[in-house]
Amino acid sequence: MTKYSIFTIARNALTGHKNWPRQWRSPEPAKDYEVIIVGGGGHGLATAYYLAKEHGVRNIAVLEKGWFGGGNTARNTTIVRSNYLWDESAAIYEKSLQLWEGLSQDINYNVMLSQRGVLNLAHSLGDVREGVRRVNANRLNGVDAEWLDAEAVKEFCPIINISKDARHPVLGATLQRRGGVARHDSVAWGFARAADSLGVDIIQNCEVTGIHQENGRVVGVETTKGTIKSKKIGLVAAGHSSVLAQMAGVRLPIDSHPLQALVSEPIKPVIDCVVMSGAVHVYVSQSDKGELVMGAGIDSYNSYAQRGSFHVIEHQLGACLELFPIFSRVRMMRSWGGIVDTCPDASPIIGKTPVEGLYVNAGWGTGGFKATPGSGWCFAHTLATEQPHPLNAPFSLDRFTTGALIDEHGAAGVAH
Amino acid sequence: MLHISCPWCGPRAETEFRYGGEAHIARPQKPDELDDQQWADFLFMRTNTKGAFAERWYHSHGCRQWFNVIRNTVSHQILAVYKTDEKRPDFPIKGGV
Repeated sequence: MTKYSIFTIARNALTGHKNWPRQWRSPEPAKDYEVIIVGGGGHGLATAYYLAKEHGVRNIAVLEKGWFGGGNTARNTTIVRSNYLWDESAAIYEKSLQLWEGLSQDINYNVMLSQRGVLNLAHSLGDVREGVRRVNANRLNGVDAEWLDAEAVKEFCPIINISKDARHPVLGATLQRRGGVARHDSVAWGFARAADSLGVDIIQNCEVTGIHQENGRVVGVETTKGTIKSKKIGLVAAGHSSVLAQMAGVRLPIDSHPLQALVSEPIKPVIDCVVMSGAVHVYVSQSDKGELVMGAGIDSYNSYAQRGSFHVIEHQLGACLELFPIFSRVRMMRSWGGIVDTCPDASPIIGKTPVEGLYVNAGWGTGGFKATPGSGWCFAHTLATEQPHPLNAPFSLDRFTTGALIDEHGAAGVAH
Repeated sequence: MLHISCPWCGPRAETEFRYGGEAHIARPQKPDELDDQQWADFLFMRTNTKGAFAERWYHSHGCRQWFNVIRNTVSHQILAVYKTDEKRPDFPIKGGV
């Protein structure tokens, strides 16, 4: 792998940028792998990377039915934060944020992490109590968090409307200064390039159509490129997790829904932080290109279509204008949907399944992007050692049997 | 936006309805005899079908009746609407259509 640096940029500038090497190979699948990862999004690619880097496993395939990073990795609003309420969630999301902070150096790829601060607004007394409680919980868990009153919110984000006459006035907000945004495509490309350089085969246009088992354990997968053998298979397929698990006869507590987002035409820099409101329900940031990036809640119905209903977008734009009247004449350019895998407790499932050798990393629902490195790191540990890491042990599939749910509907910030 | 035909009120916009998730999840006949695994199956595990999916809708801003719909979760096409005491019409589950 050519190391990217200012010198390689200078050297390639001299030759008109015509001699950059390909960033990754496009191999045909081998007959047999030590580990197969199904799903080449951010989480799958991160899993492969950490498996190779931290655990020395090199004989890995990542199978992607389309092109990698073409699903939810490219369909989110790129927000990164770790201010979750419960100890279990704070630990795993904070691990992820710490990995984010060194990621560009680690994988030698600029993921453009911008720690511009994330505000979570409170609009009612209940919201205020919940917000202050979460700030305290975060601090006890070593996660940076501050409580801002309405005036301090206005100072931090001057274009926000804190008028008391608003139907749902801003009463305050939690602030995580280390939160922010990252460049979603770079995350997929960077992990792909780094994993590829460690010998991982990333195979695109290779859809898994069946999972082979012998005596209750997995032995391989059937794909559109033929049969591929492996005794260890990790499913990291987000919205399609249930479909894949069903191939192995495993039922998951997951419902797939569309989650829509949209961007405006590019405008000059106007908002230099991330603003989220669970109550009026919208989240807004501004991309480096100048587009306002927005999202809100899921569409209510189950769906595998990467699109949703228009009234959901109308609702979030109503909320946006309530908070930012200044945006009233901004035109929206594009909207899209991703299929999110929602769990009943708004927490992920990372661990074993009842089938020997079959592992699942799913249920990240509406908030998986921020967890990309941490999720891959934990899942790699689980696949390599066949035991969950203490960070992901609470997020097992059997918590739905034991009842030890991790209810993060509040901190998830997206209604479902 | 979906256009849903309520069995009582006829075709209406999706915004008049609330979604009720997967249909035909039968309440356990003898709840005191269920073990934890069976409770987990009943409470949490879902089919999450890709294709023809039987689901419940509630006409919350209309007649306030529950009913069932079979909808293709890939194309969003509504294949059948039927009352809760009627048998599920037979549609093969088929993805990608």
